[in-house]
Amino acid sequence: MLGLAAGMFALAPWMINAAPNEATMGLVYKIYFFHMPSAWMFMVAAITSGIASARFLFLKRPSADGWALAAGELAVLFGAFTLVSGPLWARKAWGVWWVWDARLTSSLMLFMIFVAYLLLRKYGGPGSDKLGAGMALFGMANVPFIYVSVNYWRTFHPLTSVVPTLPVEMGIPLWYCVTAFTLLFIVLLRMRTRLEHQRVRVEALYLLEDES
Amino acid sequence: MMRAFFRVAWIVVRKDLTVEVRSLEILSTTLFFAVTVVLMFSFGLVVDGRPLNDVAAAILWVAIAFSGTLALGRTFERERHNDTLRALLLAPADRPALYVGKLAGILLLLALVEAVLVPLVGLLFAAPIFVNSGYLIALLAGGTLGFTAVGTLFAAMLVRARSRDVLLPIMLYPMTVPVMIAGVRGTAALFQPTPDLAVAMFWIGLLGFFDVVFVTLALWTFDPVMTD
Repeated sequence: MLGLAAGMFALAPWMINAAPNEATMGLVYKIYFFHMPSAWMFMVAAITSGIASARFLFLKRPSADGWALAAGELAVLFGAFTLVSGPLWARKAWGVWWVWDARLTSSLMLFMIFVAYLLLRKYGGPGSDKLGAGMALFGMANVPFIYVSVNYWRTFHPLTSVVPTLPVEMGIPLWYCVTAFTLLFIVLLRMRTRLEHQRVRVEALYLLEDES
Repeated sequence: MMRAFFRVAWIVVRKDLTVEVRSLEILSTTLFFAVTVVLMFSFGLVVDGRPLNDVAAAILWVAIAFSGTLALGRTFERERHNDTLRALLLAPADRPALYVGKLAGILLLLALVEAVLVPLVGLLFAAPIFVNSGYLIALLAGGTLGFTAVGTLFAAMLVRARSRDVLLPIMLYPMTVPVMIAGVRGTAALFQPTPDLAVAMFWIGLLGFFDVVFVTLALWTFDPVMTD
């Protein structure tokens, strides 16, 4: 799976290059092939983290915490991709790096929530796994509120409804990139979760040895 | 069942009030801090003796958020000091009732702070606080409840955590962005020369919805996160 994801990413530049230029924005719109899949994976990671946290908190599944942490880190990673590639495009398309648009602002707020989550996990000390779970859960519940409130506040972003209307030559590379990003997300999530589970086991073994 | 629940909540509120009335420590410091915040922002946002557009609403809500964080932190710092929070949690009482008691105590405190803050902002920025004051009170109540509902849970969770002083605002502010947007936009709509009641009503509705969801969620999570 890792090989497949790596192979797809290696081929992605050719796929993107083959896509025709857009009429008004020319080459710059191709950032979109990177931006949109990142944004989707950002959302998927955030939701995964929230669900895993709920499982950890209410069903007391210790392994769910590893999934929540891994997904939380990936949310920050893909969130950073999104928030870097977005302004690069916006500078050309809108003439400014940043506008206070609904999607931009709500993505930024979600990103902030997950950065805070990681800070808490890192510096919260003992017991921060539960606190983090509570926070990720609240973060997930908050998404619709942030979206509605910011949406009513301002809106500029091109709508998601643009995706089905894209011509085939643009559509194929786009879905290709989405698939590549999804694979990357799954690979990273599984690797990081396994690492976290092993870390927990090693810690438990150390504790056991200290006691004996 | 319900009666026992509210009795426990009331006992917690009474305990907090008794402690606070004897020292007035949190109320007086929070109040003075809120006034200081208003003044600091005024120096930044008043140009040529005239405030920028909608500045009164923004300053009011920033002051509420800042002083709310301070009050939350201090209230739970007091519980941590003699490990009394552990004693509270050990008591044979419903955990959610303890949460409601704590929440009510902090709400009461912030209501007193706001009772000074709102007239102060009205005075300094010539904001029409007595026109449509029903809407303004609804916004303040909804916003403060939403902010403290999340804040009380987070502050309680953080009691045992390291670097809790800085983690509380870091966690709380991004989470309460909808409250801030709703509060500021709603209040700004009321402070316009011709108040826009429909817009204010939309934000009051959003705040009400936010409150219901997050109070429920907090009651639900308080027990699992506070268990050792």
